[in-house]
Amino acid sequence: MTTDTATEGTVQHLPQTVEPRNPGMALDMDWVMRARANRSAIERRAATLPGRRSVKKAHQAAWLARAISCIDLTTLAGDDTAGRVARLCAKARQPVRADLLEALGLDGLSVGAVCVYHDMIGPAVAALNGSGIPVAAVSTGFPAGLSPFHLRVAEIEESVKAGAAEIDIVISRRLVLTGDWQALYDEMRAFRAACGEAHVKAILATGELGTLQNVARASLVCMMAGADFIKTSTGKESVNATLPVSLVMLRAIRDYHERTGFRVGYKPAGGISRAKDSLVYLALMKEELGDRWLRPDLFRFGASSLLGDIERQLEHHVTGAYSASWRHAMG
Amino acid sequence: MTVKEIFETMEYGPAPEAAGDALAWIVDQGARFGCFIDGAFTAPGETFETKNPANGNVLAEISQATQADVDAAVAAARKAQASWEKLGGAGRARHLYALARLIQKHARLFAVLETLDNGKPIRESRDIDVPLAARHFYYHAGMAQLMASELPDRVAMGVCGQIIPWNFPLLMLSWKIAPALAMGNTVVLKPAEWTSLTALLFGDICRQAGLPKGVVNIVTGDGAVGERIVAAEVDKIAFTGSTEVGRRIREATAGRGIGLTLELGGKSPYVVFEDADLDSAIEGLVDAIWFNQGQVCCAGSRLIVQEGIADAFHTRLKARMDKLRVGDPLDKCIDVGAVVDPVQQARIAALVDGNTEGQTYRAACAMPEGCYYPPTLIAGLSPASHLMQEEIFGPVLVSTTFRTPSEAVALANNTRYGLAASVWSENINVALDIAPKLAAGVVWVNGTNMFDAAAGFGGVRESGFGREGGWEGLMAYTRPAAKAKALKRISPATGSDAEPQPVDRTAKLYVGGKQARPDGGYARNVHDKKGKLIGQAPIANRKDVRNAVEAARAAAGWSAATAHNRAQVIYYIGENLAARADEFATRIDRMTGARGGKAEVEAAVDRLFTYAAWADKFDGQVRSVPMRGVALAMREPCGVIGAFCPDEAPLLGLVSLMAPAIAMGNRVVLVASEPFPLAATDFYQVLETSDVPGGVVNILTGPHAELAPVLASHMDVEAVWSFSGADLSGTIERGAAGNLKRTWVNNGLATDWDRADARAFLDAATEVKTVWVPYGA
Repeated sequence: MTTDTATEGTVQHLPQTVEPRNPGMALDMDWVMRARANRSAIERRAATLPGRRSVKKAHQAAWLARAISCIDLTTLAGDDTAGRVARLCAKARQPVRADLLEALGLDGLSVGAVCVYHDMIGPAVAALNGSGIPVAAVSTGFPAGLSPFHLRVAEIEESVKAGAAEIDIVISRRLVLTGDWQALYDEMRAFRAACGEAHVKAILATGELGTLQNVARASLVCMMAGADFIKTSTGKESVNATLPVSLVMLRAIRDYHERTGFRVGYKPAGGISRAKDSLVYLALMKEELGDRWLRPDLFRFGASSLLGDIERQLEHHVTGAYSASWRHAMG
Repeated sequence: MTVKEIFETMEYGPAPEAAGDALAWIVDQGARFGCFIDGAFTAPGETFETKNPANGNVLAEISQATQADVDAAVAAARKAQASWEKLGGAGRARHLYALARLIQKHARLFAVLETLDNGKPIRESRDIDVPLAARHFYYHAGMAQLMASELPDRVAMGVCGQIIPWNFPLLMLSWKIAPALAMGNTVVLKPAEWTSLTALLFGDICRQAGLPKGVVNIVTGDGAVGERIVAAEVDKIAFTGSTEVGRRIREATAGRGIGLTLELGGKSPYVVFEDADLDSAIEGLVDAIWFNQGQVCCAGSRLIVQEGIADAFHTRLKARMDKLRVGDPLDKCIDVGAVVDPVQQARIAALVDGNTEGQTYRAACAMPEGCYYPPTLIAGLSPASHLMQEEIFGPVLVSTTFRTPSEAVALANNTRYGLAASVWSENINVALDIAPKLAAGVVWVNGTNMFDAAAGFGGVRESGFGREGGWEGLMAYTRPAAKAKALKRISPATGSDAEPQPVDRTAKLYVGGKQARPDGGYARNVHDKKGKLIGQAPIANRKDVRNAVEAARAAAGWSAATAHNRAQVIYYIGENLAARADEFATRIDRMTGARGGKAEVEAAVDRLFTYAAWADKFDGQVRSVPMRGVALAMREPCGVIGAFCPDEAPLLGLVSLMAPAIAMGNRVVLVASEPFPLAATDFYQVLETSDVPGGVVNILTGPHAELAPVLASHMDVEAVWSFSGADLSGTIERGAAGNLKRTWVNNGLATDWDRADARAFLDAATEVKTVWVPYGA
């Protein structure tokens, strides 16, 4: 079974206009339990990848611009205000100085989405009105996911009602750690149902899952339960997105696509702050999943400081001189 | 392409490494190279071109070393050797550190030059070859430092002739030169004619490092130069290259009393169990067979995958192959570079095109024009397929399937070679059971092509003998400090055949745990010194050798028995011999006409107890390699060892060969002392009463000179030793060239059997297998 491939060569922000959504499937425990992840081998692959792939000059500039288009520009702080979120949204609309975008021939470049807590959805939706940039909300008792289940479901429904087009849920790590895959599946199913038309990203909090094998299994279970994206981290764990974890999750996505024909997106989050890192992640996506996954409907960076570093690199590309952070608008 | 266009296509684009500095270095040297002899470059002589295989451009002119060049290099090395050795380990360590640091300082120059000359991707020369080369010098600087304290009874071999291949030019140079220099040897090294440049740069580095003149000499040229080195007055030859050439070197050095180590070809199995992390196993194959264009002696070139997952595995593998990027080796975004030379490209093509079996899949990746070969998979082959047995030495993987772990082992070992192997399983029981059973010098569990100076590398079977790296690698560059005396030949006593025989026993051969009459049906009269007939010894012929080897091969259970059990049996032999001490002493005295019998029997009993003690104590080691995991240096039995026993101690000599061999789990075919065979024929009665399983020890009597070529050329024998009074060394080394079995011969020198060095015998009785076990929860 395969589905139509989305047209290459178009910039898309709204996933639902491009890719058939993953409807999920019945929990296949046989498949889940067969998932293997050899940590040493995975780490070797991850460690050598940056040395195996390199993009330079115009290609590097283009790739960095592509990375920008895949950023979920994020603020998840207790002191967020409407004004702070409005400033972030302005940056989302104009992520790079206009003169630089013009020089690059990339006018109109924007980020993938803006990601906020529930209470900031309203200000974000207002600030992004007309931009086509979706608002993503973290939900389900983010980041720990330990609030009452019915409240977690209700939080999703409230956020969708408030205008969030994407919901980043957190899974219950204890279900993974105790091997209660059925319960994890049921929880994810319920979250997906609560999302309705909004797309759902399942945050695995991989830094708290203990093993790469657990990451592989949790990835499969969440996809079987209908996740549109799987995402590494909340950004609040002590270990967030890493290349080995990404490799495991991408291989699970590939496996799921091969068997079901549905493409599930990937979002590494937390700790990706250098332009160079973003190139490695893009190369990893390209190598493991293919070019189709280099679009914002199937790939996002959960990042806040990454954009600033990319802007400096782009200015360097345009002018030949190294840049300074204060030459670029803050978000 | 504009940024906007690339933004849509998301192609990689070119990422070239600049070649300017390396090309400038060549020009600075005049682009014509002589040899590096006695600390200076000679004027270029008759030259040949060395080309960049990626584009066919001529890089430089390299000299074809003449006989005079080789003579001068060997003379320079000889002249330098004594003072280099006398400099002491600490002094040599300083020089090796300097070389290591200079390699690091010039790392990019070495890397680019290597890629220009060889065609391997810059990623590999930069991230693998050059760092490992530096690591080898650092590691062996430490070995030089420790030599005096850790190897007090060993000294340098002397002058070493070293011949290296074109697939890892600088790295193989390092593997050869670093241990040799550390132990106080001087070297004459010949790089392969296609890839001389980094060796010449290394010569330049030696000069910069202030290395004493003549310690390192580099002579360039083709195989004819290699033959000149092999023929020269050297003390040791170390060769890495093809099995065919290795065999010729074995023949050419036979009987010269010089050291030899050979690191030869391979057809290494890559075994994937159904419970493996399959994606990682596939990624491993990229590093196994598409590393360095598959031009790797230990390349995992034979995929053996469990039948139930084979289809899915092949499908995923093909998808991975399609993603490989083949092209300009200097591009930092390339996986597979250029084949070293059009000759090799044609050879690979001929082998693949000549195959009519299985299903051939060529990766659907973009292929550049020129000296490239596409990553290729030939699935559905069987052991009977030509390409399942022959080394292709290119980016071509062949595959077959298995059903059970034991079948996987059988398929993996169904080869003349035995260099390396990989086994992939997430089940520790499976992985650690299979790894020791694979006939290979190196086994990687859930990995491939891991190398480190601390971990021995080398093969078994026709992949050669000797190890490079680790403590065991030093054995190849040292010899015992003690000077051996010439062996005095002892002739059998003669006497009257007609004299009436006091026959009370009929000596026979001992084969497979049973007394056996000789195939030929002849026996030789054995007389005492006074000419009196004291018995008759059967005359074994080639068929008896065949039968004995068959019996030894069949006794495989002994190798699998626990060391404790083997020790018990050897203690028991000792007890039973002690119980008959007087009888044996009398017999020895009668045969030899001397009075040493009692002492010899006592020494023999003691020797048995010594090796029984060693049976469970000659341990392997865990090596400190730079990874999370363990690299086990396991001591494994060689297998079937044939041994010609000495004459000067007819019982003690036999016991001194047998005991270490069987203690380590080998099965032996012993050829008893020719003049004094009756101690051996008495001895099998001791074996019979000592619970020695049939076939573990087999004893033949007969003419050594006739039996030596048979045993030495027997394809089912892993090692042959000779301490014979007869001059067999050349015969055995020559005969061993057939299956490249290990040999240990006396070269006409005497051994002091009262003080035999137990470790030397235990070393000879074992192969070090390096098993890499990376781990991670």
